[in-house]
Amino acid sequence: MTEQRPPLSKKERMAIDRVAMPEQDAGLRSVNFGEVNQGLTYQLALLEAQRCLECPKEYCIDGCPVSVNIPRFIRLLRDGDIAAAADSLLGDNALPCVTGRVCPQETQCELVCLRAKTGKPVAIGYLERYVADWAQEHADQLTHATAARTRKSVAVIGSGPAGLTAAGELARRGHDVTIFEAFHAAGGVLIYGIPEFRLPKDIVQAEVDRLVEAGVKIEANAIIGKTFTLPELRERFDAIFVAVGAGLPVFMGVPGENLKRVYSANEYLTRVNLMGAWTADSDTPVLHGRRVAVVGGGNVAMDSVRTAKRLGASEATIVYRRGREELPARVEEVHHAEAEGVEFRFQVAPLEVIGDEQGWVTGLRCIQMALGEPDASGRRRPETIPGSEFELPCDMVVVAIGTRANPILTASAPELKVNERGYLLTDAHGMTSMPGVFAGGDIVRGAATVILAMGDGKRAARAIDAYLGGTYPPPEPVVEAKPARHAVPAG
Amino acid sequence: MHTVRAREHLSPNVWRLVVDAPRIAAIRRPGQFVIVHLGPGAERIPLTIADADPEAGTISLVIQSVGKSTYDLVELQPGDAIADIAGPLGSPTELIESGHAVCVGGGVGTAVILPIAQELNRRGVRVTSIVGGRSREWVIMEAELGETGDVLPCTDDGSYGRPGFVTEALKDAIEAGGVDAVYAVGPVPMMRAVSELTRPYAVPTTVSLNAIMLDGTGMCGGCRVTVGGETRYACVDGPEFDGHQVDFRALADRLGTYRDFEQAALARREACHAETGEQPAVAAAEVRS
Repeated sequence: MTEQRPPLSKKERMAIDRVAMPEQDAGLRSVNFGEVNQGLTYQLALLEAQRCLECPKEYCIDGCPVSVNIPRFIRLLRDGDIAAAADSLLGDNALPCVTGRVCPQETQCELVCLRAKTGKPVAIGYLERYVADWAQEHADQLTHATAARTRKSVAVIGSGPAGLTAAGELARRGHDVTIFEAFHAAGGVLIYGIPEFRLPKDIVQAEVDRLVEAGVKIEANAIIGKTFTLPELRERFDAIFVAVGAGLPVFMGVPGENLKRVYSANEYLTRVNLMGAWTADSDTPVLHGRRVAVVGGGNVAMDSVRTAKRLGASEATIVYRRGREELPARVEEVHHAEAEGVEFRFQVAPLEVIGDEQGWVTGLRCIQMALGEPDASGRRRPETIPGSEFELPCDMVVVAIGTRANPILTASAPELKVNERGYLLTDAHGMTSMPGVFAGGDIVRGAATVILAMGDGKRAARAIDAYLGGTYPPPEPVVEAKPARHAVPAG
Repeated sequence: MHTVRAREHLSPNVWRLVVDAPRIAAIRRPGQFVIVHLGPGAERIPLTIADADPEAGTISLVIQSVGKSTYDLVELQPGDAIADIAGPLGSPTELIESGHAVCVGGGVGTAVILPIAQELNRRGVRVTSIVGGRSREWVIMEAELGETGDVLPCTDDGSYGRPGFVTEALKDAIEAGGVDAVYAVGPVPMMRAVSELTRPYAVPTTVSLNAIMLDGTGMCGGCRVTVGGETRYACVDGPEFDGHQVDFRALADRLGTYRDFEQAALARREACHAETGEQPAVAAAEVRS
């Protein structure tokens, strides 16, 4: 595909409207697990690529936590050289098929796109997905640049977005990388958390396969802190990257939370996604609620409520203690959920889960909230309205109000310094208090986004490379990624 | 992959599989468990490590066939393989260092008691094991436990050993004096009865809770149990807890979460066998007595 198009004038480019992402019909998709966004056609992608004005400031690169050279891949795409666009993109981003689907572009690259000042930003996420999907289907046309083997070994603990990104970067620099994963399959939150309809599992598997082809080894069923201790791994490997995520679910701490049909979002989504409980050939059961209340307002809450809808819920309701403006979820997820018939109850807080004599959920007793003054996170603090209690009838409750650090790994290495919430403390380059042990992603920053975790993985890989080469700390100061506007746990 | 090295029928619905798992065999401690995942489409299920041979690199899993997934496992033959075994998980049993311990096992729970009895014996603690079953063929692991101390079998129908429940034999042992600790693993009603029995005597009583779990690392929260009025995770805070603090009613209730699914899956499995004319190696009927 090397057809050249006559260059358009700036005026002509400005006249092009932002493409709309082709979507599966809302009525149809709310009862299936097929991907909602269908992806751009070649024609649509070329058209959208023309909208990039190639502004000299390149704000979008600064808006990206992994600093993808966005104008370059868009220009290559527009010039018809998709293979070069793919090489450029993959050189910057180890998991572009993933980020093209799940990044909150509206708070990152697209937020700072020059075109957003006067209209709609370039659809950077759609274009990234287009080029990344093309690359997955045309792997033979890509250029694989790998460095000479360094004979240095790195253990990456956790195969979520931070771990996969670091593993890819380190392998490309010639290091011998082994990923340790607690589950039986690699991908972390990309396979157990994010549902099929938003991120198909074969896409994630293909990204993992690409790393394996690049020489990364994956050791599944290895729980660091149980199967191996961190000090044991430290002896076997020249450096370690800890990217175990923030795996423990937070519950509400209200009465009735241990009734049957109360799930943590982690359990609900893991049953459906990793264990495939939505398919006919899975032995793993999942309860199907008819009236499902999902507590929380983040992406995980949206994933849960949309999953409940697809599993046959006639009523699927988000219960969120703040207002619509404060929803931490991606705007697209909220729009998709609404189109699929999800109901939203704003400024409502649960007080108690009500159950019948057999211990099954029958309702959620709630109280109405009003928004008070902004708190430390800048969001207005919800306060209860006395006397406004009511019961929301439901037969299932999914709790999606955030996660916290899992202490299994840190308990096996007491010399690792953690903060009061159990998250790992690192220096500016990602090194923990144990020399040669680096960390990133949710186990450092608390529950955040896929792309911020990937940014940590990329920076840590650079720092580990310097450490292995004897040039640590790296000469250029590693800048902390700008947090996304809503990079805080839901709730 | 974890190859099955040996398979042994212990009671009408309990089998022992010896499988390759060298790392786990080398480091496991009493009270710890593994998550077993037979292969694509299979459930992840927690199973206690009943024994291990670090030199052979194998662990023993004692499995009661109660649902589709456990039937699939106990039909494995030597040479077959299990795709994934993760562990060792859970906190090791807190064991006394000296004195006299009574280990009470009911049904398949007897397999959980064995490594505890072995380690107590190794420490020089006097061990008495009380093992129960409906009738003679349901009493398991008597010989292995016999290597750790006295064994008192009990059967509900009196067909073997002492007639009656394990609690009656335990009561006599406690009243004879000198019991420093009780370790009890078995069906929920048995563990509840043992804990109620020992409470007035103030004998420290440890029970092992077989809660529903997915990952075994604290991630799903499905195994939450109420202990001392607080929510704890059986996978990481347990699986063993102070029996005097456990809310057994809540545990039994949550264990029933998927009962309808389990029965439907088992029925489908039997129908599938009937359709193919294949005789299942383990007939469901024989365990429903």
